[in-house]
Amino acid sequence: MRSAVEIAAAVRSGERTARSVAEEHLATIASREGEIHAFNHVTADAALAQADAVDAKVARGEDPGPLAGVPVALKDNLCTRGVPTTCSSRILDGWLPPYNATVVERVTAAGGVAVGKTNLDEFAMGSSTENSAFGPTLNPLDLSRVPGGSSGGSAAAVAARFAPLSLGSDTGGSIRQPASFCGVVGVKPTYGVVSRYGLIAFASSLDQIGPFAATVNDAALLLDVISGHDRMDSTSIAASPTALLNDGTDVAGLRVGLVTELTDVEGIDPEVRAAVERAASALEAQGAIVERISVPSCIYGLSAYYLIAPAEASSNLARYDGVRYGLRVDGDDVYEMNSATRDAGFGAEVKRRIMLGTYALSAGFYDAYYAQAQRVRTLIIRDFAAAYERFDVLLSPTTPTTAFKFGAKTEDPFSMYLSDICTIASNLAGHPAMSIPFGLGSDAMPIGVQVLAPALGESVMFRVARAIEAAGGVA
Amino acid sequence: MSSNEVQAEIQYETVIGLEVHVELATKTKLFCACANEFGSEPNTNICPVCLGLPGSLPVLNERVVDFALRIGEALNFTVPQRSIFHRKNYFYPDMPKDFQTSQYDEPICAEGWIEVDGERIGIERAHMEEDTGKSTHVGGGGRIHDADHSLVDYNRAGVPLMEIVSHPAMRSSEQARGYVSELRAVLLAIGVSDVKMEEGSMRVDANVSIRPVGTTQLGTKVEIKNMNSIRSLGRAIDYEVERQTIATNTGERIVQETRHWDESEGITHGMRSKEGSSDYRFFPEPDLAPVAPTDEMRAAARAAIPELPAALRERIVAEWQVAEHDARVLVANPALSDYAQESVAALASGSARDVVNWCTGELLAYGNETGSEPNSWALSPIALAELVGLVGDGAISRSQAKEVLAGCLAGEGAPSDVASARGLAQVSDEGALAAIIAGVLEANPDAVAEYRTGDEKAQKKKRGFLMGEAMKASKGQGNPALLNRLLDAGLA
Amino acid sequence: MAKQSNEQVSITRSDVEHVAMLARLALTPDEVGEFAEQLTAILGHATDISSLDLDGVPTTAHPLPVTNVLREDVIGPSLDRDEVLAAAPSAEEGRFRVPRIMGEA
Ligand SMILES: [Mg+2]
Ligand SMILES: [Zn+2]
Repeated sequence: MRSAVEIAAAVRSGERTARSVAEEHLATIASREGEIHAFNHVTADAALAQADAVDAKVARGEDPGPLAGVPVALKDNLCTRGVPTTCSSRILDGWLPPYNATVVERVTAAGGVAVGKTNLDEFAMGSSTENSAFGPTLNPLDLSRVPGGSSGGSAAAVAARFAPLSLGSDTGGSIRQPASFCGVVGVKPTYGVVSRYGLIAFASSLDQIGPFAATVNDAALLLDVISGHDRMDSTSIAASPTALLNDGTDVAGLRVGLVTELTDVEGIDPEVRAAVERAASALEAQGAIVERISVPSCIYGLSAYYLIAPAEASSNLARYDGVRYGLRVDGDDVYEMNSATRDAGFGAEVKRRIMLGTYALSAGFYDAYYAQAQRVRTLIIRDFAAAYERFDVLLSPTTPTTAFKFGAKTEDPFSMYLSDICTIASNLAGHPAMSIPFGLGSDAMPIGVQVLAPALGESVMFRVARAIEAAGGVA
Repeated sequence: MSSNEVQAEIQYETVIGLEVHVELATKTKLFCACANEFGSEPNTNICPVCLGLPGSLPVLNERVVDFALRIGEALNFTVPQRSIFHRKNYFYPDMPKDFQTSQYDEPICAEGWIEVDGERIGIERAHMEEDTGKSTHVGGGGRIHDADHSLVDYNRAGVPLMEIVSHPAMRSSEQARGYVSELRAVLLAIGVSDVKMEEGSMRVDANVSIRPVGTTQLGTKVEIKNMNSIRSLGRAIDYEVERQTIATNTGERIVQETRHWDESEGITHGMRSKEGSSDYRFFPEPDLAPVAPTDEMRAAARAAIPELPAALRERIVAEWQVAEHDARVLVANPALSDYAQESVAALASGSARDVVNWCTGELLAYGNETGSEPNSWALSPIALAELVGLVGDGAISRSQAKEVLAGCLAGEGAPSDVASARGLAQVSDEGALAAIIAGVLEANPDAVAEYRTGDEKAQKKKRGFLMGEAMKASKGQGNPALLNRLLDAGLA
Repeated sequence: MAKQSNEQVSITRSDVEHVAMLARLALTPDEVGEFAEQLTAILGHATDISSLDLDGVPTTAHPLPVTNVLREDVIGPSLDRDEVLAAAPSAEEGRFRVPRIMGEA
C-alpha cells in the first residue's frame, strides 16, 4: 500500500496506470466491504472510466493533475451528478442530483478517481454512523465498535484501505471524531476555505468539508486541491491557505497551548489525556514551547452547539416535503402529504433535532435559546482570540474516549452528544482543527490528538501535525 | 330603539396601510443566474438554487442591491450601514426551500416617505426578498380549496422583490389609490420595475381597519389581497370599510384575518387557515453575507435617479404651460415623458403644449393599442417636433396632421414627406406663390391702396384680407410663411 | 454570571404537538411522549447557557467577517426540465403535482 502522494507521482510518471490502482482498490473493497459497510454506493464502472481517462492523458503527455489516479471516497452528502446521493436517509433514497458539488468537480479535475459514496449518520446527525437508514458502518479495526460519525463511512474507507483519500463534512466534529476512532488523519479546515456548494446542508454556519487520509501529507494534498474561492458559495473566502503539501515539520520556537477545559476535565479518559501529554512532550522535544491555557467559554460550547445546529437544521431540512424530489407518502391534502412524508422519511435522531431546532426558534423562545447560543459563540470567539495572542496552536484530545461499542450510547441522546465535546468549539469559532492518530488505548483502539489553529492557520497546524505524526505516539 | 341603532350613530374613520410587492426588472433572479422572465414555458427557468435542491446555495444579485438603493433614494429612506437577510420559515408547495429568504429586523431601507397630493405618507420600510413559484389549481373551478390537486411552476421562484410597507397612514380609498399611483410612477421613473398590476409585477395588499372618529387606537385590521388594478384596490377598500362598519354597528366583532378580493362579485371573502400556524421562526440567513452599502454603491444609485415624477410634473406645468392633469398622465409613463422632452428640445416652431397633446392623446393610444414602447416607434421625437412645427406654421391643418402622424407611425417617412406624398403638403414653390401674390394684388387694387394709406389698424386688416385671398387662391396649400414674406415684399 | 434562577425546563405533550405541526412531522402518540421527555432533558442541559447574563454581548450568526458578496446580473444555464421532473414524485403538464392546498400562504 502506497500513499496518495506516491500513487499520484507513480501515475503521473507513467510508472503505474490509474486503472491498475483503481482495480487494486476495488478489489480491496470487494473483499471487505461486506463486513464493514463503508459505502452506500460503490461506483466501480465510473471509477474505471475515470481512471482510463487519466491514463489517456498520461499517454498523450498531458498532466492529469495532482491527484492523478488516486481513488477518493466521497461522503454521501456530497452531490454527484447522476449518482445516488442519499445522506443515508430514506427521504432521499433514489435521488439522482442533476449537478456536482464543487469539491467533486475539483477532485475529478485534479485527476482523482471517485470510487463511491460513503455511509454517514442520517443528514450528518450523529457521532457513530448508527443513525444511517441503510445500516451502520463497522470500525475496520474492531468490528464490534463504531467508526465514529457522522463521516464514519469516509473514515472507515481510509482505515480499511478502500481508498487512500476520502472527503467528509464536519459540523461539530464529524470528520475529526471518526478519524480519531479509526486511526486516520482528519481535517476540518477554516470555515469558508472549502466551498460548500453541493454539500447537503446540516447546519450552514458550522458545516465544512475536509479530507481524511492515512498521513498528514496526503491530507494536505487533498486539501490543496479542494480549497479556494468558489463564486457559487457566498461564504467561500477569497484568501486560501498557502500550499500545504510538503510544507515542513519544523516546530522549533512554536508556542503550543494545551486547552485545560478540553483536556483536564471529568469524562476525558486518563489514557487519552496521557496520549495528549505525550504528544505535547514530543513537540517540546522538537523545540516547541508548551503551556497549559484556559479557554473558559469552551465549556458552554456543547449547549450552544445543540441549539444552533438543530435550529439551522430545522430550516435546512424543511425542503424535504415530498413535492420536488425524493420520497412522497400520499395524503389527502398538502399538509397531510408533507407530514406523512417527513414522518416516514426521517429517522429518530433527525426528527429529534428538527423538533429541538424548531422549538428553539419558535415564538417566545428565540432569545433565550437561539440568540443566547449565538452570544455564547461570540464569547468563544473572543476567548480563542485571546488564546491565540499567546499561542500559535492549541492542543487537546479529539474525543474523550476511544471508539465505543455499538449500542453503547444509543439509549441516551445526550451521552452521544458528549462525544463531540472537544471538537465543537472550532466549528462555533469557524477555526481549523485536525485529528492525528497518536498511540493506542488499552483496548488496542487508536487515540486521536487534536491540533487547533486560528482562522487560516492551516499551515502552522499542518506543521505541528507532521511533528506529532513523526513522533509516532508509542508510549 | 335598539342598541344597534344607537351604535349606528357613531362616525368611523378608515385606517389603511399598504404592503406593496414589486418584482424588480433584473435580468436574473435574486440568488441565481436563471432568467427573470415573465411568460416562459413552465419550469424552464430553474436551477439547483431556485429549485431549492439539496446542497445548493444562494449568491446575491448585485443589481438587486443597486435597485434597492435607488428605491431608498427616491422614497426618502434611511439606508443603514448594514442590512441582513433572514429566513422566514413556513411550509408551502410553491416555496422550494420551505422558507423564504427575506429581510426582517435589519432591512435595506428604513423610514421613508412619499408625497401624495401635497401630503407626506410615511413608509415604514422596504426590503429585498424572493418571490414564490406559481400554483395552478385543477378542478373545483380553479379555486384553491375546492381544487382536486394543484400544479406548481417554479419559474417565478426566486425572482427578486422589494416589499414596500407603508405606515397605517391613509384615511380613504382615494388616498390609497393616489399612494399606489405615485409609488408606481416613481418606481417606473427610476427604472427598477415595470410595475404591471395585471401581470403581477406589482402586487398590493391592503390592511384595512376602522375606528371611531377622534380615537387614536388602531382597530382590528383585515388584510385584503388579490387586487389586480388600482381601481379594484379602491373598490376592495370601499367594500371592506362598508363590511366592517356594518359588522361593527350590528355588534359583530371584527376578526384579524386575510380576505380575498373577488373582482367579478365585487366582494371580499375570508380564507380558511390552520389555527396558530403562523410562527415564522425568523433567524439570520447563514448562507448569505450582510449587505453593507459602500459610498460608491450609494453614489451609483443616486446617479441613476432621473428627475422624479413630482418635480418633473411641476416643471412641465410651469415651463410648458400644460394642464396639471396632462402632466400627470405624461409623467406616469416615463418612456413617453422622455420622448416628449426630447421632442420639445427639438422644436423649431410650435409649442411644447402641442407636443404634450400629441403624446397624451394619439400617441399614448397608439402605444396602448400596439403594446409598443416609444423608442420603437417609426415616428422619432425629432419627427414629432417637425410635425408640430408644420401645424404651428400653418403648413398643414391639425386634421391633416393626424393623417400625417398615422402615415409616419406606419413607417412612410418623415412628416413633410408623408404630407407631400399624400398631397397634403403646402405649396412652397416660390415662383408659383409669387405669381399668386401678384394676381391677388392686381385683382384687389382698392385694398392695396387702403393698405398703403391707412393707419396701423387698417393696415393690419387689409393685410389679413389679402393674405386670406392668397391662401384661398393656393387652395389652402400655400406655405403661409412664404406667402407672408412674398405679400410683405409685394406691399412694400 | 448566573441570571436569576435556573428555571426547570419542561416540554409538555402539547408543546411537542405544536412544534410537530410547525415542522410537519406526523408523530405517533408514543413519539410525542418520547420527544417531550427527551427535549426536556436536552434543554435542561442548555440551562447552563440560558441562565448566563450576556446582556451587551453581540450575537455571532456567522463566523466570517465578510460583507457584500455579490454576483453579476448575467444569465446562466438552467436545468433540463425533463430531467428535473423525472425526479419528482408526481408531475403533470410540465409542472410538479401536489394534493390540494388547504392552508394559506
Ligand atoms: Mg414579504
Ligand atoms: Zn435558478
